[in-house]
Amino acid sequence: MSIDYNQKIPNNVNLGENKTLQRALEHWQPEFINWWKDMGPDDSQSFDVYLRTAVSVDPGGWAHFDYVKMPDYRWGIFLNPAEEGRKVNFGAHKGEAAWQEVPGEYRSNLRRLIVTQGDTEPASVEQQRHLGLTCPSLYDMRNLFQVNVEEGRHLWAMVYLLHAYFGRDGREEAEALLERRSGDADNPRILGAFNESTPDWLSFFMFTYFTDRDGKYQLCSLAESGFDPLARTCKFMLTEEAHHMFVGESGVGRVIQRTCEVMNQLKTDDVAKIRAAGVIDLPTIQRYLNFHFSVTMDLFGADVSSNAATFYNTGLKGRYEETKQDDDHQLSDATYPVLEVGDGKILTIQAPYLNALNERLRDDYVRDAVSGIERWNKIIQKQGIPFTLAAPHKAFNRKIGPLSAAKISPAGKVLSEGEWTHHHKEWLPSVEDRAFVSSLMGRVDQPGKYANWIAPPARGINNQPIDFEYVRFN
Amino acid sequence: MTYPEAPPQTIIYDRHPDQYKHWRLTCAGPVATLHLDINEDAGIKPGYKLKLNSYDLGVDIEFHDALQRIRFEHPEVRSVVITSGRERIFCSGANIFMLGLSTHAWKVNFCKFTNETRNGIEDSSRHSGLKFIAACNGTTAGGGYEMALACDEIILVDDRSSAVSLPEVPLLGVLPGTGGLTRVTDKRRVRRDHADIFCTLTEGIRAQRAKEWRLIDDFAKPQQFAEKVQQRAEQLAEQSDRPQDGKGVALTPIKRGIDDAGYHYETVDVTIDRNARQATLAIAAPAAKAADDIDSILAAGADWWPLKMARELDDAILMLRTNDLEIGTWILKTSGDAQHLLAVDATLAKHRQHWFVREVIGMLRRTLARLDVTSRTLIALVDQGSCFAGTLAELLLAADRSYMLALPDSPDQEAKITLTEMNFGSYPMVNGRYRIAARFYDEEGPIAAAKASAGKALGAVDASALGLVTATPDDLDWDDEIRIVLEERASLSPDALTAMEANLRFGPGETMETRVFGRLSAWQNWIFIRPNAVGETGALKVFGSGNKAIFNRERV
Repeated sequence: MSIDYNQKIPNNVNLGENKTLQRALEHWQPEFINWWKDMGPDDSQSFDVYLRTAVSVDPGGWAHFDYVKMPDYRWGIFLNPAEEGRKVNFGAHKGEAAWQEVPGEYRSNLRRLIVTQGDTEPASVEQQRHLGLTCPSLYDMRNLFQVNVEEGRHLWAMVYLLHAYFGRDGREEAEALLERRSGDADNPRILGAFNESTPDWLSFFMFTYFTDRDGKYQLCSLAESGFDPLARTCKFMLTEEAHHMFVGESGVGRVIQRTCEVMNQLKTDDVAKIRAAGVIDLPTIQRYLNFHFSVTMDLFGADVSSNAATFYNTGLKGRYEETKQDDDHQLSDATYPVLEVGDGKILTIQAPYLNALNERLRDDYVRDAVSGIERWNKIIQKQGIPFTLAAPHKAFNRKIGPLSAAKISPAGKVLSEGEWTHHHKEWLPSVEDRAFVSSLMGRVDQPGKYANWIAPPARGINNQPIDFEYVRFN
Repeated sequence: MTYPEAPPQTIIYDRHPDQYKHWRLTCAGPVATLHLDINEDAGIKPGYKLKLNSYDLGVDIEFHDALQRIRFEHPEVRSVVITSGRERIFCSGANIFMLGLSTHAWKVNFCKFTNETRNGIEDSSRHSGLKFIAACNGTTAGGGYEMALACDEIILVDDRSSAVSLPEVPLLGVLPGTGGLTRVTDKRRVRRDHADIFCTLTEGIRAQRAKEWRLIDDFAKPQQFAEKVQQRAEQLAEQSDRPQDGKGVALTPIKRGIDDAGYHYETVDVTIDRNARQATLAIAAPAAKAADDIDSILAAGADWWPLKMARELDDAILMLRTNDLEIGTWILKTSGDAQHLLAVDATLAKHRQHWFVREVIGMLRRTLARLDVTSRTLIALVDQGSCFAGTLAELLLAADRSYMLALPDSPDQEAKITLTEMNFGSYPMVNGRYRIAARFYDEEGPIAAAKASAGKALGAVDASALGLVTATPDDLDWDDEIRIVLEERASLSPDALTAMEANLRFGPGETMETRVFGRLSAWQNWIFIRPNAVGETGALKVFGSGNKAIFNRERV
């Protein structure tokens, strides 16, 4: 088979001359396309979508805009340029030259990190595959597809690492990434949150704001890795991840904007009236927020984790902004606070820092996630409505780790089983909430038209107007 | 259900399904299911959490109890499914933090007990018509896979992430301690190079390849998994000869007193002399004729003498092994009327096809096997009033040495030894040989001579001539002779004695079981005390801290 790899697959890894990679991709690339056709966005393969494609890592090259049919999207392989003389910056190998090949003794752990990260990428495409049918505008539909193709590219990025550095095992794992299916009881994706459905657009915006932000923090930690190809790959992925979070933040913001406008028009905060006007009431938005925030908390893993300690100490996965931390970057004797439930209260105990690295990353994440919630609150304030959204306590509604054994309110109060049963509907979306949100979903596909429950964006994509034809149906 | 009282620090082995913390036993017709759902906060000792369905001695004591309940209380059960009550995890093996906190002696005793329980599964499969399926519904790692290996068949869920693994070498710098390495080759016949890869792979091997490499028998998708397991369990059940309408025999709590002097049961009495570091295990023959027809045997149930004695002796062995580490010499004595014992043996032999009698013989077989692998010096004393006949003569044959009191002036007064047909094949050791055959290295002459003596009450001269006892001091020499033997023994290195005794007890010819115990004693226990495992920078010590093990790289 002769494929012009450099044309078909934009890359900066010298794919045209790498026989190993070519052999792996000859097999994998058609399977990926089959997967995309089966599991990618539903009923949209023939659309021309105004998409951004990365064609090189230069400042002008990573955001090339044009109409493209998604199956023809040029999923590329890009690593940030190598940093001359880069070192391992933390853990037992601190100060040694960064690894350009996989160290044999860490093969298994590295592969596991890459596979776990890689598995989330196609999973989110699968989770979101029906959303195109109910998009609130062409602008949003295009953003959805942009997120989808880029998750696809992130899958490519991880598959590149598996193909290039992990031999036969890596090829098998790369195939398995296309074989698992989100939500399939027989064949699920690896992480629980990626087997949940994304049933409506509010969920989608919340997901891209909260859950994709977990992705950002995981990628940031992997971008510190002593395994240089992983670090460089993740750095480049981060440039794309930012767009996903923008979609989430602006999406939720526009829903809030629209709700507040209607509340002011009707001069009411009565949920029934607000709902009757076809917009999503703020308490429901808070419940969605609580749900997605808490599900994402679990993605960081157990509060005290021997894997986290091993990954750090062996130089595979650092902290967020590792090199900016002002300490010895080895953390052998340091401690870090983690939460425990005892005597009916949440207690803070000091755990060995190395074991508490999941918690550290969770805390970094929370700081960042909360700042966006503040920006949403500004929208509400600006409309003069006395309502404040808030992130729930990080121990709320946990399913992983010691906190999962207790029932904890969004304010951080330890509850009895009875209190939880009595109140949880106030804190988490109920079946009725979801049914209501779902009832608002219906496709709006005229340029410049926006569904009633969401405000138009302040500006379009790539300086295009908001009534631009972001998607052309053929 | 109440158990006899025990001092707070004493580990006891009494359990009942109503009070399990870690297992759930359900019996539905011919298929029993054991769900493992370990309560992480209910370790048998403080200081660790039993995360990810990882076990400690307390979990295994319940497991052992559950197997006993199935054997005796549920004769209608023909196949047993062992699975997990958790999602995505079957069992991750022995808890590593528990091992890190444990003394060497605790680890070795723990491994020994878990091995005996796994061997017991195979023993029941071989002798009692109980077949076992490991339904591995999630990650099956280390001791979890070893639990599965003890079963007749292993079915793994194929969810694209669950794997079977033995990660001890790459993760912990030790060996699988519950027969994993041995069963992979001896039982499952995994090719040695595949086994080499498997045992050095932390992440293990998933369904398809695991089957290709014989690590499992079959796999199924999550949606079909339960059905496949059930189907296979029913097929295995069909081959069993356990009674469909048998009525179970309740294993009532063992009656046991504990005081400073030792452990006291109805048929077994253990007195401990802490200064001399020795314990005397005195076993009393039935005081009257034991039940000898099936109806009265079943009516007697757990009080039927052979079962009662076996359970009490088994408990005494476990109590001493776990709680009395420095009591290095066990003196085995018997008393009572040999006629009652011979009658018991005749009943066992006559009704050995009946499920309950078969289980009682099995219990005796496993208890005697437990004695064989006990790391204590065993010395049998045949003195006046002794009753080493038939089944109890196995104690004499299990001992490292045996002394029989000779009374040359009044041979009629001598205690006698009597062999029965039960001594010739009913109680094989873990090396597959019965004790008399092992004693004489399968040589026909002495075995035939011993067999010819069956039923005869043998005095010191005859017993000595047949090679059944070590020495026969007379009444003038006896006290001093025995005192010196015991004092001398107590002065020797306990480690060297453990190793020497195990070497001599099992002699030539290996079975999978002797290899399991031998490899455990020789290799695993050696690794367990080496700095590369348990030194400050050893792999077992640093596990979970994130720190890398630093090895002494010399190959020994």
